[in-house]
Amino acid sequence: MGKDKVKRMSLLELRNVSKIYGDLHALDKVSLQVEKGEWVAIMGPSGSGKSTMMNIIGCMDKPSEGEVLLDGIDIAKETAKNLTNIRRDKIGLIFQQFHLVSYLTALENVMMAQYYHSIPDEKEAMEALERVGLADRARHLPSQLSGGEQQRVCVARALINYPEIILADEPTGNLDEANEEIVVDLFRRLHEDGTTLIVVTHDPEVAEVAQRTLVLRNGRLDHETINPNFTGHIKLS
Amino acid sequence: MLVALLAIMIGATILSGLVTIYYDVPRQMGAQFRSYGANMIFTGTQELFNMEDVEAGVRHIKASELVGVAPYRYETVRIHDRPIMAAGTDMDGARKSSPFWKVSGEWPKADGEIMVGKNVADTFRLREGDSLIATFAPETDGDEIILDNEMTFIVTGILDTGGNEEDYVYLSLDDLEELTGEETTLDVCELSVSASADQLTAYADAISNNVEGINARLVKRVTQSETAVLSKLQALVLLVTIVVLALTMICVATTMTAVVTERRKEIGLRKALGASDASIISEFMGEGLLLGGIGGVFGSLLGFVFAQVVSVSVFNSSISFRFGLLPITVIVSIIVTGIACMLPVKSATNVDPALVLKGE
Repeated sequence: MGKDKVKRMSLLELRNVSKIYGDLHALDKVSLQVEKGEWVAIMGPSGSGKSTMMNIIGCMDKPSEGEVLLDGIDIAKETAKNLTNIRRDKIGLIFQQFHLVSYLTALENVMMAQYYHSIPDEKEAMEALERVGLADRARHLPSQLSGGEQQRVCVARALINYPEIILADEPTGNLDEANEEIVVDLFRRLHEDGTTLIVVTHDPEVAEVAQRTLVLRNGRLDHETINPNFTGHIKLS
Repeated sequence: MLVALLAIMIGATILSGLVTIYYDVPRQMGAQFRSYGANMIFTGTQELFNMEDVEAGVRHIKASELVGVAPYRYETVRIHDRPIMAAGTDMDGARKSSPFWKVSGEWPKADGEIMVGKNVADTFRLREGDSLIATFAPETDGDEIILDNEMTFIVTGILDTGGNEEDYVYLSLDDLEELTGEETTLDVCELSVSASADQLTAYADAISNNVEGINARLVKRVTQSETAVLSKLQALVLLVTIVVLALTMICVATTMTAVVTERRKEIGLRKALGASDASIISEFMGEGLLLGGIGGVFGSLLGFVFAQVVSVSVFNSSISFRFGLLPITVIVSIIVTGIACMLPVKSATNVDPALVLKGE
């Protein structure tokens, strides 16, 4: 394992990362590594620092201390403008509340991510919707889609620009069991295609299908669980 | 957004309408002021001058601005042995240059007709249709009056002005020439010109300098009153326009702030997806400026309707559409909207995606 650690370069590495608000340590010297193509679940009670960690990894916030290396770049030292560019080029985001623009169709919502990344391509956006099984719902507004369908549009939007890493914050939090299974299955396929996934969840069933699960408590990394079905992955440093 | 568009349209309407009125007020008010009488006077540089001199002077004034020309020759005549001042004039010109004269009956139209002032009529108990005999006595021999000429006139109207004119009788220049037996020369010529004070001064200078025999002067109590009233009216219109533009700006800024607040989640999402501050600014500013342009176009058209209604109802005359005002209104609307959008758009760039997407 130690040999692997030397040879294989992490896609994401947090080194003693802290986020401090006054006296509150939302994150307290957290260190971890995520390898390219890995599927990691993050669990923990409310206030444990999950969202703070996701915001920092997603380039929407900066740590108070420590280093955050994403694809070799220390994003803790980058300017806000560069963080926007990194987020646009390397990260796909999936939200619990879907956050689709209400006056745009499913297809247009996917194309919006293309617009900020490069050039909107309707054919490619349609292929992304086909990938999540929503080609026939492409021209529907979010209000005309079920919760599961909206989350699948969100997944299509997250993967349209081929990001290095997909961050999903409680992706099944607003879904029923059937739709939860559909979304988890999509993650499974994305993982098989080599996409790196970090999923924050409260749901143990969703966490269990990941390669490993990190549990946060009071801003610290409490422990890690490795799914026995996956092998050869890097442990916490 | 519809509220913002309406605010811009109303602002542009008021702007376009008031600017149209602002530029048209001098013409409109100038026409109104002409009812107060002559605002320019020709006098002779020597003593007397004639109609040829007047015509030469009038040629320096733009025909469209010339309202009336009333040449006057004054002679003392005798009516029932009492000396009365007779004014020979061009009746049509006198009516145009002194529209405030109130005539009971008719203005003289033909030879042998005369209009008498109210005091003269009272003195001699004259009424419309009466005849009077006027004699001209230029020479005397001691106390003896040598009657030189005598004419009979039909009184067509009684003149009521409240001024000195009521002590005069008015007849045509030809009749006065016939009565006096002397070729017509003029004592004074009153002109009514619908032009600004500056333009009037320019006309007066040009005539005095170029027409030999005439000295052109402005009736300052009229021109200065006109200038003062017009200046105040234009200042009022300008002030109202500025206030309306400021209110429009506040309304658009408030509406855009509400729009940004309402769309905070969308802005946060766009930023999370990689939208730069520049693209957020260009999107929201673009929407704002587009609204400004659309509002400006419709506003300038509605402004013309507004100005037309005001002009017809207040000044009783119509105005023509100023095509040059269309691009100006659109540009001003876009600028006003742009300024109004600055703060809301700046607040849009300050949206923290991490906070708003969490629902905070």
